[in-house]
Order: sequence, then structure tokens, then C-alpha cells
Amino acid sequence: MLDKSKIGHQFEPFSADVEKGRIKFFAQSIGETNPVYFNEQAAQEAGYKTIIAPPTFPMSLDFESPAFLPVVGLLQLDIGRILHGSQTFNYYGQLYAGDSIKVTSKIKDIFDKKGGALEFVILETDYVNQDDELICQASQTLVYRNG
Amino acid sequence: MTDISIGTQLPALTLPAINRTTLALFAGASGDHNPIHIDIDFAKRAGMDDVFAHGMLSMAYLGRLLTNWQPQSKLRKFETKFTAITQLRDVITCSGEVIDVFEYNNEPCAKVAIQAAKDDGTKTLVGEAVVAI
Repeated sequence: MLDKSKIGHQFEPFSADVEKGRIKFFAQSIGETNPVYFNEQAAQEAGYKTIIAPPTFPMSLDFESPAFLPVVGLLQLDIGRILHGSQTFNYYGQLYAGDSIKVTSKIKDIFDKKGGALEFVILETDYVNQDDELICQASQTLVYRNG
Repeated sequence: MTDISIGTQLPALTLPAINRTTLALFAGASGDHNPIHIDIDFAKRAGMDDVFAHGMLSMAYLGRLLTNWQPQSKLRKFETKFTAITQLRDVITCSGEVIDVFEYNNEPCAKVAIQAAKDDGTKTLVGEAVVAI
């Protein structure tokens, strides 16, 4: 069983620089063609400061953490047994190319179902830009398969 | 002015069949290098028949559905549950329908029921989005 004493644990915050090329690559990998994700001028004509990151991009910044998915180490998870159960984003602003985003995650809850066959870890993550604006808050549920 | 109301359908988005290149590119672009999505040897050791798609790939497709419909600056909330695994060769279609028009944080918004589904009708992601109108 996962260590429920880790509920409330906050991971060390880190900053991630959002490069223009990274956004373009991400947008290409999902088949996106809207120029607001590729072209500065098109983004500005659409009313944005510059190229914006697609809606689910913030979670990609989680992987910029010094350790790949720090929750894996903290809870001693076998990465082959993790499934993504759910994901929520609340948006308060835009994530732009050139931003430096501070990523802060904590373990909101750990619980189990089916007599422990499945365990659930709820992570909450704040994304704050270089101007101290909270631009996005995410919540994700990881499902851990036991046996 | 808006013509968005309960029952408004979003233009559906059908994606090319998922292949190994799709997953390799998304792994690189998203930063999610979990080998369960890219390394068949690892996937088999984990009890799977093969690698399978990142849930976040399909969520990104649903994001395209939403931002094709309305500018991203209007997106307020976006949530999904991952209800089935997306396998190689699956053809995913994203669709959505406005199910409510309501005040969200003192702003007129539409609540949109969204889903990603396979050809055989299996829903892989179901969720909701809140979009300012």
C-alpha cells in the first residue's frame, strides 16, 4: 500500500523556460495547425502577446522537474503500473512562448478502492509565470495497479 | 453576441490512426518519456500486449476540438476522465455538445460535454469544458 503519510507533501518547486520551439514541437505532435501556436504575428493578430501554448501543454512542464515524475520516487511507484485516471486544468491566463513558469506540485490525497487492488494519488499543480501570475492550476489522478 | 446555446454541437475532429511514430513524437514533444508508451519490451514486462497512447495525447486532441471552436483565450476549465486505453491503430474522433449556459466566476459561459471515442464507439476520454461566451 502507498504511504498515506505523504498526503500533503509538497514537492520542491522548480522553474521551466518555455521556448518557442518547444511549443511548436508540441503543437506539431498533436497535429495542430492553427498559426497562433506557431507564428508570432498570427498570435498577435489574434490578440495574444505572442505564441501561446496549447491548453494541455502546462502538464508537459511537470516533466522538466529535476527528477522524472518526482512522485514516482517519493511513493516508490513502479512506473509500468501507473495509469492516468483524470486530469483537470483551470485557466486564469495564457502561457506564452518565452515565459518562465514556476511549477509547484503537492499530493492532495491518496486512497484505494477494490480492497487495495487500485490505489489513487491526487496531485495538484500550480503554474505561475515570471510576473507572479497564476496562469493555470491542474489536478491529476494517478491510478496505481496492484497485482 | 453569440449563437451558442444548449444543444450546440462542436465541429467534430477525427484524427489519423495512432501509430508508433505518433507516440514517439508526442513522448518527445510532451516530455512524457514513460517507456510504457514507446518501448514494447517494457510494455510487455508491465503486462500489456503492446505500447499504448498517452492519455494526454487524446486530451490534447480534445483541446484542439475546443480551440478550433472558440479561441483558447475563452477556455476557463478543461477536465477529462480517461475511461479506456487508446491502442495503436485506433482512430479517435473528438466531439462535444453544449449542455449548459451559465455564470461561471461572474462571466457568461458554456459548459461543454466532450468526449474522445474509437471507431467502435468505445469512449476513451469523457469530460467537460467551460468556455466563455
